[in-house]
Amino acid sequence: MRSRMAREHDVAVIGGGLVGSAIAYGLARLGRRVCLYDEGDIAYRASRGNFGLVWVQGKGQGLAPYGGWTQRSVRRYPEFAALLREDTGIDVALEQPGGFHLCLSEAELAHRVDQLTRLVAQPGFERYAFDVLDRAALGERLPGLGPQVVGATYCRLDGHLNPLRLFRALHAAFLKRGGIYRPNAKVEAITSEGDAFALRTATGRVEAGQVVLTSGLGNATLAPQIGLRATVRPQRGMIVVLERVRRFLEYPLATLRQTDEGTVLIGDSQEEVGFDDTLATAVLATLASRAVQVFPFLRDARVNRAWAALRVMSPDGFPIYEQSAGAPGAFVATCHSGVTLAAAHALELAPRIAAGELGADLSPFLSERLNVQKAA
Amino acid sequence: MTLPESCDVVVVGAGPAGLAAAIECARHGAATVILDEQTGPGGQIYRGITTTPMQKREILGADYWHGATLVSALQSSKATHVPRASAFAVTRADGGGFEVGVSCDGAAALMGAGHVILATGALERPFPIPGWTLPGVITAGAAQILIKSAGLVPEGPVVLAGTGPLLYLVASQFARVGAAIDCLLDTTPPGRIRDAFPHAAAFLTSPYVAKGFALLRQARTSTRIVRGVERLEAIGVERLASVRYTVGGRATEIPAQALLLHQGVVPNVNLSNAIGCNHRWDDALRCFAPVVDAWGATSVSGITIAGDGAGIAGAQAAEARGTLAGLHALAALGRIDLGERDIRAANAKTRVARWMRGRAFVDALYLPSDAFRLPQGDTVVCRCEEITAQQVIATAKLGCPGPNQMKSFLRCGMGPCQGRLCGLTVTELIARERGVAPGEVGYYRLRFPIKPITLGELASLPQTTASTQAVVRMKAH
Amino acid sequence: MYKRLPDAAAAAPAVLVTIDGLAFAARAGDTVAAALLAAGYDACRTTPVTCAPRGPFCLMGVCFDCLAVIDGRPNQQTCLIPVRAGMRIERQQGAAAFGPAATSAPDSR
Repeated sequence: MRSRMAREHDVAVIGGGLVGSAIAYGLARLGRRVCLYDEGDIAYRASRGNFGLVWVQGKGQGLAPYGGWTQRSVRRYPEFAALLREDTGIDVALEQPGGFHLCLSEAELAHRVDQLTRLVAQPGFERYAFDVLDRAALGERLPGLGPQVVGATYCRLDGHLNPLRLFRALHAAFLKRGGIYRPNAKVEAITSEGDAFALRTATGRVEAGQVVLTSGLGNATLAPQIGLRATVRPQRGMIVVLERVRRFLEYPLATLRQTDEGTVLIGDSQEEVGFDDTLATAVLATLASRAVQVFPFLRDARVNRAWAALRVMSPDGFPIYEQSAGAPGAFVATCHSGVTLAAAHALELAPRIAAGELGADLSPFLSERLNVQKAA
Repeated sequence: MTLPESCDVVVVGAGPAGLAAAIECARHGAATVILDEQTGPGGQIYRGITTTPMQKREILGADYWHGATLVSALQSSKATHVPRASAFAVTRADGGGFEVGVSCDGAAALMGAGHVILATGALERPFPIPGWTLPGVITAGAAQILIKSAGLVPEGPVVLAGTGPLLYLVASQFARVGAAIDCLLDTTPPGRIRDAFPHAAAFLTSPYVAKGFALLRQARTSTRIVRGVERLEAIGVERLASVRYTVGGRATEIPAQALLLHQGVVPNVNLSNAIGCNHRWDDALRCFAPVVDAWGATSVSGITIAGDGAGIAGAQAAEARGTLAGLHALAALGRIDLGERDIRAANAKTRVARWMRGRAFVDALYLPSDAFRLPQGDTVVCRCEEITAQQVIATAKLGCPGPNQMKSFLRCGMGPCQGRLCGLTVTELIARERGVAPGEVGYYRLRFPIKPITLGELASLPQTTASTQAVVRMKAH
Repeated sequence: MYKRLPDAAAAAPAVLVTIDGLAFAARAGDTVAAALLAAGYDACRTTPVTCAPRGPFCLMGVCFDCLAVIDGRPNQQTCLIPVRAGMRIERQQGAAAFGPAATSAPDSR
C-alpha cells in the first residue's frame, strides 16, 4: 500500500470550469494538494457561456431541496466573494439588490405568479418572499421600461456578478493556495487502484487519493469508469452582448443585465440541438426583439458579439453530487448553475468531499432519483 | 438601396479581387451582388477611385488608375453593387445555400445566396509601440486613404515608420503631392537581406523589382531615411508631440505632429473564421490565413475566398484570383462545366503565377522583427479594452492555454474591433510564453456579427416558431 | 493638423456641418473622419475604460477608434460615413449614452 505522500496529488479535479475550479479552490483552502486538469483553449467550455446571475427566484420546482441549496449558496456568497478578494485582489462585482423576472403579457405574468406560488408551497421548500409588481410600480425601479412590459416578480435574494472575473478569481485563488493547474491535459481514463486512483492523460500516468469529476459534458464518458453515472445532455443557450453604454440599469433582470463594465447581456434561450454551439440568427432575433420591448431605447445600441454555449443538463435539470459506491473517493459534481452555486461548491461541497462523505442533506442530488418514476 | 432578396453569388468586398469575381460571375449570367462598406467601389488599394480629387494621373500613379478599368467593367456588368453595406453574418440556409446578414444604412436584412465569395482583403499588421494609441498616430495606409479620398495630408513634422514596400510607396506619393515627410524610420532588421536571399532570383525576375527600386530611389531623394531602428516610441500628453527612436542602442527624440505606422499587411480573417473555415498559421508571414485551394475554395463548401484575404499577394494577384474564384463559383453552381472553367481560367492562372513571383523575397525581407511584434510593459495590446502587454504576459504565465481563455480572463479581444488589432499580438505573446508555435496556440474564435449591428437591426431579422419557443418559455426557469 | 491639397480644395463643393456646435466647411465626398481631421480635431472621443483621447487610426473601418456622435447617435464609425449638409457631429465622451442615461434624444430617421 502506497503512503499518502507518495501519491502525486491528494485530489485530482477533472475539468477546470466553474464547478471544478470552485471545488478545487475549496479543497485547496483546506490544505489539500489539488491538481486541476483541463482541456485546451477551444473546447465546449460551458463556463465561458455564463450570464452572471446569482439567482434564487424560481428554482426548485420538482426538487424542493434545490431551492434550499441555492439559497444556502446565495447567503454565503458575500463571504465567498470576500475570500476571493482577499486571496487575489480581484473583485467579482457581486451585487445582490434583488432581481426582476419581467413579463410581456398578462398570460406570462399570470403563469409566472402561479409558478412561483406553487414552487414555494412545495413540502419541505425553504420559503422566501416574492413581490408581484405591476407596470406602474416597475416604472420607478427600471427607468426607460417599454410600454409592453406588463409586470414582474421580484425577489430580494437575487443578484449578479461578473462571471469572467469570478472565473479568473477562482483560478488565481486556487493557484495562490498551492493548487496545480494542468491545461491541455485531457484525462482519457481513470482506474481505481486500491485506495487511490490512476489517471491516464496524453502525457502519462498520475496517481491521486481522490478524484472529482467536474468535466461537464465530458462526465458522461469518464463517470462510468469509476462506477458513477452522470447522464448529462447539452442544451444550447445563446447570449447577445451589447457594447458598453452609460449606466441605465441598477438591478439584474432574469434575461437582461448591465455588467459592472457597462456592457449589456441579453439572454436566454434553450434549445435541444445536440453538440451544436453555432449561432442561429432567428433565435438571436427573438432575443433582440424581446430586449427592445423591455428597453426600447436600446434599439440604437450596437451588438458587439453574440455567442452560443452548451449548458450541462441532467435529465431533470438539477445537480448531481455523488460518491461512487464501488470506488469510494471518486465523486462527480455537475450542474448548470455554476455561478449561483459557486459559493456552495467551494464552501460546503468541498469540505464534504475532503471528509469523504457528502452527507444526508445532499442525498436528494444522488443520481438514483433519476430512476424513480415520478407520478404525473 | 434595396437589397435583393436572393441571388446566385454574393461577393463581399469591392476591391480588386471582389470586382474581378463579380465581373466574371455576372458575365456568365449568374445573378451577382457585390457588397462593400465604402461609398464607392475599389476597396482600399483603389480607394476613392470614382471620386478622388487627385485626378492628375502621375500623383497616384498607373497602378492605382488601373483600378478604374476594373470599376468601369463592374459598372457595365449586370452585377448589383450595394455600397455602404456590411456583411455581418453568413450562415447555412435550410435547403441549401447561405443566408448572408447585411446591414445597409442602418437596416439589416438577410439575403439568400447560392455561393459566397469573400474578398475582404487585408488590414495592416498591428504595430504595438508605446504611445501608438495617441491621437496623431495613424497607419500609413490611413494616410494614403486621406490623400486618395479627400486630398488631405498631415502637416509637419511628419514621421513615417516601419517596414515594407508600402512605406516607400507612401513616401513617394507624399513627394509627388509636395507634402513633406521629415523622416522615414526604417525598422527593417539589419541582416534580413540574408534571410531573403534564397528568394532573390525569383524577385529579380519579377514585376516587382523595377517598381521596388524606383520607389526606393524616390524615397531616398525626398526624405531622410534612418535605417536599423530597434525601438520606437510615440510620446505626448493627450496627443502626439514627438517620436523617440533607437539605433545601435542610441536614442534620439524628434518632434512630430503625425506618425504614420506600417509593418506589412495581414489577411482580414474575421468573416472566414466566424463562418468556420479552416485557417493555418503562415510562418513566413507570421499571421493566420484561411486554408484554400488554387481556386480559393475553403473547407466550407460554397465559400470561396479571393485576394489578400486568402493570403497576401498584392492587388494584381488579387484580381487574377478573383477571376478564378468567380469561375469556381460558376462551376459549383452548374453555370459552366469544369472543362469551360479550366479553359477560361488559363489566363488568370498565368497572371497569378506572374504576380506571385518575387513575393517570397519581399515577405522575407520585410518581416517585422520580434521586438515590434511582441511588445512589453505598458504598451497597449488591446486598444479597445486598453489591455497592456504586461497584463497579457502575466496572464499567460498563469497557464492560460490560448487566446480564447485569455479573452475571458482579461477582456482582450472583446471590444468592437473583435481582435483585428490585437489578435496576432496576443497569439504570439502566448506562444512565446508557452514555448510553442503560434499555430498550436490558435486564434480568437470569432462569432457573428463580425461587424456591429444595432439591437434594433437584429430584432428586425426574421424569427421562427422554433426561435420563439426557444426564448419565450412558460416553464420553470 | 491636416491641410487640403490644392487639387482637392478646388475640386468639389463645400458641405456645411457642425462639429461640437461650431460650423465647418467639409468637402463633398469627405468621410466624417476626414472632416474631423481637416477641421483640426485629431481626437474624436475619449475611451470608456480610462477616458483616454483617441482619434481615427486606420481610416478603413477596422480599428473602431474613430467613433463619434452623429446627429445624436453615438458610437458611429466616422470613417465609413460620408458628410451630409447640416450633419451634427459631436466628439464622444466615454461610453455611448442611451435612454435614461442620454442627455438628448437622437434625431429620428
